[in-house]
Amino acid sequence: MDFAYSEEQLMLRDSVDRFGEDRWAGADRLARLAEGPEGSRRRWAAMAELGWLMLPIAEAEGGLGGGPVDVMAVMEGFGRHLMTEPYVSNCVLAAGLMHGGGELASDLLARIGAGEVRVAAGLTENDGYAIEQVSVAAIDGPGGVHLSGMKTHVEDGADADWYVVSARTAGAMAERDGISLFLVPRDAAGLTVRRFRAVDGHRHCTLMLDRVPATPLGERDRAADRIDAAVDRAIVAHLAEAVGSMESATAATLDYVRTRQQFGVPIGTFQVIQHKLVDMSVACEEARALAIVATRGMTQPGAGRALIAAAKARISQCGIAVAQQAVQLHGGVGTSEELVVSHHLRRQMMLDLAHGDRDFQRARFILLSAG
Amino acid sequence: MNLDLTPDDLAFREEVRAFFADGIPEDWKTTVRAGLRLPPETLVAYQRRLAARGWGAPTWPVEHGGTGWSPTRLHIFWSEASAADAPAQYHQGLELIGPIIFTYGSKAQKDFYLPRIIHADDWWCQGYSEPGAGSDLAAIRTRADRDGDHYVVNGQKMWTSYAHVADRMFALVRTSAEARRQQGISLILVDMDTLGLRVRPIHTLDEKYHTNEVFLDDVRVPLANLVGEEGQGWGYGKVLLDRERMVAAATAMFLPQTLRAVRDAARRRRMGGGTLLDQSGFRAKLAQVEIEAMALQAMVMRLMADAAAGADSGPRGSMVKLRWSELIQQATALWVEALGPAAQHFGALDDGDAPPDMPLALQGALYSRVTTIYGGSSEIQRNIIARRALGL
Repeated sequence: MDFAYSEEQLMLRDSVDRFGEDRWAGADRLARLAEGPEGSRRRWAAMAELGWLMLPIAEAEGGLGGGPVDVMAVMEGFGRHLMTEPYVSNCVLAAGLMHGGGELASDLLARIGAGEVRVAAGLTENDGYAIEQVSVAAIDGPGGVHLSGMKTHVEDGADADWYVVSARTAGAMAERDGISLFLVPRDAAGLTVRRFRAVDGHRHCTLMLDRVPATPLGERDRAADRIDAAVDRAIVAHLAEAVGSMESATAATLDYVRTRQQFGVPIGTFQVIQHKLVDMSVACEEARALAIVATRGMTQPGAGRALIAAAKARISQCGIAVAQQAVQLHGGVGTSEELVVSHHLRRQMMLDLAHGDRDFQRARFILLSAG
Repeated sequence: MNLDLTPDDLAFREEVRAFFADGIPEDWKTTVRAGLRLPPETLVAYQRRLAARGWGAPTWPVEHGGTGWSPTRLHIFWSEASAADAPAQYHQGLELIGPIIFTYGSKAQKDFYLPRIIHADDWWCQGYSEPGAGSDLAAIRTRADRDGDHYVVNGQKMWTSYAHVADRMFALVRTSAEARRQQGISLILVDMDTLGLRVRPIHTLDEKYHTNEVFLDDVRVPLANLVGEEGQGWGYGKVLLDRERMVAAATAMFLPQTLRAVRDAARRRRMGGGTLLDQSGFRAKLAQVEIEAMALQAMVMRLMADAAAGADSGPRGSMVKLRWSELIQQATALWVEALGPAAQHFGALDDGDAPPDMPLALQGALYSRVTTIYGGSSEIQRNIIARRALGL
């Protein structure tokens, strides 16, 4: 039983932390966000140079073949410093979907790792998080496959160059069989990209597909398992981000209650404040332990799906509760745009929604642990 | 990060599993799952069976008759015990006084008491709390005055669990009046059949007899029964701080037993065309507790990994105790909910049997209220974490 990172993973974690302190300092956050995609591209290029982008990509596809624990070491720092670069959506989710998916996919993977292209995944449609809820139609024609329909939420899709899109090649809505994956370039004919931003600084999009020519990716009709596996990897990466953010928000709050004076004393001398901070730190401990066990579960194929759903549900609950308390204990200033705690709350709320919120995950846990 | 078991560990797990595969009678199950103690004579027999197998003191070093198991092995042992619906070993001797004796006791005390703990020759009770000293334990007033080669002990202990069956009590007593209240406290070992010692039951809300008041009137205790040095008793509790994480871990590992009881009860209860377990509202509530229990198990594994690495766990023991006690309360409450109208049937007034799980499930739910009070209440645990982990 060993819960510790290896030496290499510790170095990686520290390097992400230094990067975060340097480039995403809390005090400069508003300026960073105001830079928009330009600043993000510069940082993305720097991350590529550091080798982070190719870390989770398989060696055969030009990557370093890093595992879930390596990704965890990276994502903690993303959470601590609330970095908005689209790491999980590209290097974990899209990379997971594209792994072993043919020539084009392989070429794109190498270019993701080098920071040359960005690929986002269009999986979610109206009304739901369930990956089998797919109505985008793939129609075979003389010129190849064309896709029509809508993908409501494409995580980090606003600035992507390519999209991996799930579409129905057979079967009815909500059936697992008959789902296939396709690659679509941003400038494809018939594709409309409606960009929007979320409250946490991430930039997403909706895809409107009207007979868009597309390149098949992976085995036809049988993409559901591949999607499940890739989404689970993305969820697990987000767990580490959530834990990093929770711990950072708790540390900031601890500093604050030690220095903030009211009634002539630091407010951290009040027991009611102390006990709230204890509950925050217990939630952090709970979330970290669960994130480690779930991440470790990824390395045993198939074994950990219920565990991952459980971890996502619980870490979302803990993360939102911690961030809400962080705002509360900061008092009025906690609600201000300038202070970083409110950004943690906003990110935790969005992390909860990514790939299915806590209630969805609890329901998924029930299904996966039936018996 | 490696949570895998070695081939040796796996072989050990098979051995433990085989041990628990028989010898755990079916009629223990509901009591164990309710988080209640089996009758003392049953627990004594169980402890002797473990001792005969060489497993009487899983957390003790080999030199004192323990197994010397690594944290990984302990985790395996408790996992298997929990899965087999085996009871937790009675802890007052094994986990509370035993380690203090082997750390601070005299050679004579070690030679005499330690084997008797392992083989369940002695049942121990803990004489710490008093009417005026609960969470504020340093407020104890029970006095021990020297008289020749004896102490003469006068005072009153309270919430002394299983004093009514105990052979011996380890007690904190005041041997001098010092400016600092923690000074002048000594730890002594008292035979329960000493003249002047009287046990009176405290009846509790679950109607199960666990606990007592103990009155001490001129009770003569040989000076040789002092553990360590006079006036240093308060500090001896500290040896437990490091060990308490293991107690908390072991206790928490038995939580899944209660969740199995909830599932079984919900599956038995017919509702609509199916069972209560098919009702989405109930199922969501159960899943919530199951998920939090998984988080608790993850915390336990992390704590055991600390122990394996020889690392300080900081307040993780307190955190596990805090979360476990909240979850056993939620789980037993859910069990009562699953039983529905049957939970109203506490005891037959005439002849007839109680419904399945009753009255134990309800007794478990009621008894669980004490888990956030004993062994350092949740409020005290939060104070400890605030001080030790957060430096507030």
